[in-house]
Amino acid sequence: MNVSDIVKELDLTVFTGEDYLSREIYGGYVSDLLSDVMGFSSEGDVWITLQTHKNVMAIASLKEHAAVILVKGFKPDQDTINHAAEEGIPILGTHKKTFEISGELYSLLKK
Amino acid sequence: MKLEFAISGGDFSRAGIASSEVKKMLKKINVEPKIIKRVVVALYEAEVNVCAHAYKGNIFVEIDGTKIKIDIIDKGPGIENIDEAMKEGYSTASDAVREMGFGAGMGLSNMKKNADEMSLESKVDEGTKVTIINYLK
Ligand SMILES: Nc1ncnc2c1ncn2[C@@H]1O[C@H](COP(=O)(O)OP(=O)(O)OP(=O)(O)O)[C@@H](O)[C@H]1O
Ligand SMILES: [Mg+2]
Repeated sequence: MNVSDIVKELDLTVFTGEDYLSREIYGGYVSDLLSDVMGFSSEGDVWITLQTHKNVMAIASLKEHAAVILVKGFKPDQDTINHAAEEGIPILGTHKKTFEISGELYSLLKK
Repeated sequence: MKLEFAISGGDFSRAGIASSEVKKMLKKINVEPKIIKRVVVALYEAEVNVCAHAYKGNIFVEIDGTKIKIDIIDKGPGIENIDEAMKEGYSTASDAVREMGFGAGMGLSNMKKNADEMSLESKVDEGTKVTIINYLK
């Protein structure tokens, strides 16, 4: 499954990274604690969070996440978007809460 | 091969730059991805700690055929009780830093887990020196 599949299936907004939606997804990670994500997420994860600042992209890029999903209608800061464009990692968004979107992504990936 | 970076306390917008440069460098010399990942986690945590807890710092990276050694040296408040600071969950991060999602008290244990060797020296009211070493083979 790649990022464009989940954009379609989960009806996600693409804030940036249109050109990189072919990135392959291997799993997911849900946390708003950055050191937790740094320590325990994996390459190819979709990271679900409510953090919107630039360090999110630094981490997503260092960990080589497939994409980031911002929950509850949160929008990325402008410098987050700029950084994401440089790194080629899509930032996606949903109005759903973390619990719902995580559950939906989980079932999708388990299929 | 040597690289050097400067970090200023409080400036989170630049956190991760050193890690990203080191990652590129290690990729270029064909270090195994697994090893690169470990170096990057340890270095990122060290970078962020200078941003979050110190006033300013410098990073000195040395790569030779067998290992990468990174010294992160800061001027700052220092750490009074290193054993306590190393415990997962211990954090003195400010509210502003916590709001960004830092301050879980996991950085130093991430560093310890991901470095092959790590040492931490600190003088209260002067600063802190972290050294991380990873073997490239
Ligand atoms: N360079 C430093 N200068 C001064 N104090 C430090 C430094 N690095 C760590 N500390 C102290 O050690 C504590 C634990 O550090 P650690 O990196 O494990 O957690 P944190 O930075 O508080 O949170 P996290 O890393 O999870 O975002 C810090 O809260 C701080 O009190
Ligand atoms: Mg830390």
